[in-house]
Formats: sequence, C-alpha cells, structure tokens
Amino acid sequence: MSEPVSLNRLGLGARGTVRKISGGREVASRLAALGMTVGADIEVLQNSGHGPLLVRVRDTRVALGRGVALKVLVEERKGGGSERQS
Amino acid sequence: MEEANGSPRTFLVGLAGQPNVGKSTLFNLLTGLSQHVGNWPGKTVERKEGALTRDGARLRIVDLPGTYSLSAGSPEERIARDFILLERPDVVVMVANASAIERNLYLLAELLVLPVRVVLGLNMMDVAEAHGTRLEPSVLEAALGLPVVPLVATRNQGVAELMEAAERVAHNPLAFRPKRPEIRDAHREVLARLRVLLDGRVPAPYPEEWVALKLLEGDAEITEKARAWLPQPRWGEVHALLGAHEDAVLDIAGGRYEWIGRMVRAAVTRPRLGRISLTDRLDKVAVHPLWGLLLLLVAFGLVFWFTFAVAARMQAWLEVEVVGGLQAGLAEALTEAPPWLSNLLVDGVLGGAGVVLTFLPILIVFFATLGLLEDSGYLGRAAYVMDRFMHVLGLHGKSFLPLFLGFGCNVPAVMGARVIEASSGRLLTILLAPLVPCTARLQVLAFLTPVFFGRLAVFVSAGLVAVNVLVLAALGILLNRTLFRGQHMAFIMELPLYHVPNPRTIGLFVWENTWAFLRKATTVILVVSVAVWALSRFPGPGMEHSLLAQLGRGLAPAAQLMGMDWRMVVALLSSFVAKENAVATLGILYGKGAEKAGLAETLAAAVTPAAGLAFLTVTMLFIPCVATLAVMHQEIRSWRWTLFGVALLMAIALAAGVVAYQGALLLGMGVRGA
Repeated sequence: MSEPVSLNRLGLGARGTVRKISGGREVASRLAALGMTVGADIEVLQNSGHGPLLVRVRDTRVALGRGVALKVLVEERKGGGSERQS
Repeated sequence: MEEANGSPRTFLVGLAGQPNVGKSTLFNLLTGLSQHVGNWPGKTVERKEGALTRDGARLRIVDLPGTYSLSAGSPEERIARDFILLERPDVVVMVANASAIERNLYLLAELLVLPVRVVLGLNMMDVAEAHGTRLEPSVLEAALGLPVVPLVATRNQGVAELMEAAERVAHNPLAFRPKRPEIRDAHREVLARLRVLLDGRVPAPYPEEWVALKLLEGDAEITEKARAWLPQPRWGEVHALLGAHEDAVLDIAGGRYEWIGRMVRAAVTRPRLGRISLTDRLDKVAVHPLWGLLLLLVAFGLVFWFTFAVAARMQAWLEVEVVGGLQAGLAEALTEAPPWLSNLLVDGVLGGAGVVLTFLPILIVFFATLGLLEDSGYLGRAAYVMDRFMHVLGLHGKSFLPLFLGFGCNVPAVMGARVIEASSGRLLTILLAPLVPCTARLQVLAFLTPVFFGRLAVFVSAGLVAVNVLVLAALGILLNRTLFRGQHMAFIMELPLYHVPNPRTIGLFVWENTWAFLRKATTVILVVSVAVWALSRFPGPGMEHSLLAQLGRGLAPAAQLMGMDWRMVVALLSSFVAKENAVATLGILYGKGAEKAGLAETLAAAVTPAAGLAFLTVTMLFIPCVATLAVMHQEIRSWRWTLFGVALLMAIALAAGVVAYQGALLLGMGVRGA
C-alpha cells in the first residue's frame, strides 16, 4: 500500500496499478484505446530517466513520452513479482 | 446459407482491426492482386479494396485503416466509422490479436454500439499459445453472441471459415443479436438526459444513442455536428450537461474494459507465471538507451549500404546500357528526320524517361528494406530509440529512417514518410526531407569543392553538409513552434510483437509504392524534363542562345548579390530536372562540353571562391528536383503545401547564398585564385 506516484518515477521492472490519468480527454482516450485505464495493471519495461518509457499494460507494450507518463499516477506493488495482469 | 433465387449476391464487407494484428496479411490473402488502391474522399489516407468470389456470393472487401478505437480525432478513426455509418457494409470482419485479446476487444466494444453486424477473427492464435495463453473461441462466441473464428493468417488457417461466417451473417442479418456493452451506472442518467435533449434532432444515418455516447466522450466531430443540429437553447443545456461530466471519458473507457473482462473471463486461461517471451528478450537490447542506439545505427547503416551498393549499380547500368542504348538506337533510326525532332525524342523524351527509370532500383530496394523493418516489428523500436532526438524538431521517432535515407535520394525519403501515422508529423517530415543532401548533390559538391578550394575541399564539403543538417534542424524547430504549434501529438505508441516478416506482405508493399511512384510521378517528370530540355535548346543555336540562357541573363543582376553570373543561374535552373545536371550545364556554358577534366581549370580561372561557395550553398539548399517535387505533391496531396515547401526552400537557399557570398568577400575570398 503506497501512495500513487507519477509513472515517470518508477524504475525498470516496477509493477503497479493505474490510479489516475489526468491531462485531457484526447490523451486519456488514446491511452484507453491502448489498454491504459484506471485500474489496469502496469509493468515498467524501460525507463532510463530520459527519453520515452516503455510499459506493459493488458499484454501490450506501450511507448510513452515523458510528458504523458507524468500524467499517469500509479500505485506501486512492492515485492510480488509473480502475478501477471489479467 | 444457400439462397433460393440462385443469382450470386454482392456483399460489402469492411475489414476492421487495430494496428499490428495481421489485418493486411489477411486482406492480401483474401484479395491478392485483385485489390486496387485509391483514396478516401477528401483524405490523404489510402483506401484499399478488393473482391473475393465464394460459391454463394461475391464479397467486396474494403480494408479499413487500422485504428485502436473509434473515438479520438485521427482521420483514420473518422474514416473507419464514417464507412460504417455512411456506406452501411453488410458485415464487418474484425481481426483481433489473440495474444492481447482484451485491448483488441476495445475496438469491438466500440463497433458494437454502431448499427453494424460484426464477425470476429482471432488472429495470431499460434503466438498466444506460445505465450502460454489458452483461448477458447467457442466460449467467447457464446459470451459475445457473435461468430468468433480462430485464425493463423500467416499460415492461411481459419481464413475460409472466417469468410464463411461473414457470409452467413450477411445473408441473414436479422439473426445477429450480440451482447452490447452498456455504460456504467454512474453515467446512465446523464446519457438518458442527453437522449431526451437530442430526441428527433439527429439526422440519419447517425443513431441517437451513439451520438449521445460520443458527446459524453467529448468526441470533437460529433460535438461540432450536434451544435449545428440543435437549436441554441437546447444546445446550451447539452453543453452545460457535458461540462459537468468532463470525466466521463475515463469512466466510459473503464466500463468497456469491465465489459470485456466479463466477456473473456471464461474463454481465456493465462499462465500462472509470466513467461519471458522472445519479444521481451529482443527488447532488452533493442530499446536499451545505449545498445538500442548502437543496434539502430548498425541496422540503418546496413540498409543504407545495401540500398546503394545494389541500387546504385543497377541505376548506373540502366542509365548507360538501357537508356543510353535506346537513345543511340533511336538517334540512328531518326537520321532522316529533322534534327529538332530527333533531338526532342532522344534527349528530351528518352532523357526524361531515363530519369524515371533510374529511380526504380533505389525505390524497390528502399521499400523492400522499409517493409522488412516494419513487418518484423523493428521499426517501432527504432522510432522509440530515436524519439528523444527527433521530438526536439517536432518530429516522431519514425521520421528518422526516411530522413536518414534521404542522404541517398530524397524521393524515397518523401515516400517513406508514409510510415508516420500522425498527418502533421508526416507533412513536417516531407517538408524537411529535401534539406537532406542527396547523392546527386553530394556528387556536385565532390566535383566542385576541389575546383574552388583546393586542399580545403574536404572541410568546405563537410561544412556545407553540416549547414544543411543545421538548417533542417532549425527549420524543424521553427515550423514546430509556429505553423505546427499544438499539433504535436503526445508520444503514445504500441510496440508490436516481433515476428518473422511475410514475403508476400513485403512484396505487395514494394509493388504498391513503386507503382504509385510510376503512376503519379512519371507524367510530371516527363513533362518538366521535356520543357526544360526545350527551353535549353530553342531558339538556339546551342544553350548559349536558348530561352533558358535568356532567363539566366535576366536574373543575373539579382544573382550578383550572390556573385553568380548568368551561366551559374542557368546551371541552377537546369538542376531542377536532376541535381547532377548542374555540372554538365556548367560544362556546356563554359565552353568545355560535358567533360569534367577541362571544366575544372576553366571554372577555377573564371569564378572566385566566394562565388563558388555561394553557388554550392544554393545548390545544396535549393528547391527539390522534379522527381522529389512530384512525390511531395503525391504524398501531401495539396499544391498549397507543396508550393509552400518549395518557396520556403527557395527563400532559404537564396538568403544563404547571399550570406555565403557576402561573408566570403569579407574574408577576402573574392579573388580568383588556385
């Protein structure tokens, strides 16, 4: 149980649940179409601190600019690495 | 299934699906070479159509653009839903990627709120199985209440069954009763209010329920339409209602995934432990900030080398053997004819056709490699790695490959911009592409810099190439901050699974693009080549006394700001047909014929380094050659934007020419030397 943080701040391999998406209807609707909605499980596949991030959500690899990732708040799930999103 | 009346019926079938689900593989499989490519009315998106005759019926299959949803404002999404609403297909076949079933069914959830009958093809069953996911199509079929057919399109498995199901639904529309997604309780009341307000005001073919839903989702197109449909006070009410429920879009999307979750629950069994897939392993390298960049440079370097090692040789062969041979043969056959006619046909027409022909090898090899990179899934990774550099210029990571290959030739660079989904990004890439110095210009540079600058030639050449790249970057930043302001879409992109490229898909990709070039660019290139040839010859005798020379003399006073005389102006004008013509024209006008040996000394004696620098600067930045111009127009489909691009380049080139000349004078380069 941790406070939701911006997706930008999660490191490689981190898993969690999307808690909030801000930043306008257009971005929200494009993210939703790629599977990223509030409540979706998410895993960070690449985040080098600069440049776009790569995440996995609903079996889809999604590349996100840092500007977009800033607007996605994720509640990180510590430790439990074995569970896959459903 | 079999109709009693016997005569085969024609059904309109829409092929829908999200990107990267193997939809084009299926479309190619179904229609083969019967397909023809046009354009969606008023759009720059291709419309592909083909026909398939089965025992019972003829199916006209329209390939809809791949879209993740039918909500957001891209032209592709509008096309897909306009097709469904306006053209009323008998059935829509939706292809889904079985290995990411939930996200794929999002599109289905959107389709099912439209008045349309849908058959679902679950493609890539083999991939899903390899990931350890078990899917039971019959269970999903029962849950959704519509036909679900498992597919492996790359191996032609299930395709016949899918089309049979589609035909069955088309024959018997009343039997189609699927489960349709419903909105969450939280917004049910607002939706009902909206429907009351819309009642009787929504013209056909738009369904009221759907319009209400789209309004609640904040759909720009429908909002605008509704504003026109409704009288003022009522629109005010709708507007206020929508304003109070701005968050509805997230909730509606969430509701769709809940519905999807219920639909697939019984049909999908997942592995308890996540397996590390091949894609995950390859991506450890391909999207790594350092290794990914190295891999990309190696991959693109190889593409570049291969394109030019193969294509340049074929090009030379075509030019010398085929075109040269034809020209010699034709000249011989026409010895009896008046010289002007023989010249027109040999130099004008065949010369122009030669220009078209010599582009073919480079285009074929380029599109084959581009198709390979795209179909294997790597291109998305390359875009991901390059994005952080490109987005400074307002460009998408995918713009990198076309621009990079522009060093070979600007024609494929412009055509290659097709891989960029966002139309503003595509336009910006096309406008910037001619600033990448192509081999033809590099040849001119390589020949002329030693003439004017002797041992410093290498540095001057490198400097001029750098100027082009800097101007490209500066113009990209400038356009992005001005004309394209706010059009820069947030970077959100799916990276598809890697898979073995399909030769058929790549073959058709090469064929379509090369054919598009031939069909659309040939006429322009031919007409312009003949026109420039005629201008450079009449009234004669020789180029010195031609209309082109007169034009050059007329422009000479202005060109003096750049230190150029009329001959250099004519050389620039003639480079419009092909950049390498600049050197040949200089040769003719400085009285040395087309041989390069004598020309070097003559030019060195006649032209100051300052004027030479100005000439080279302008050549490097000047308006694109006619072939590039033709494809720019073909791809942008707007003369306004094409001419805007050309005017912009012209202005930049001339300004840079003046700056280069005046700057060089200040540095004391105004003296004839060497």
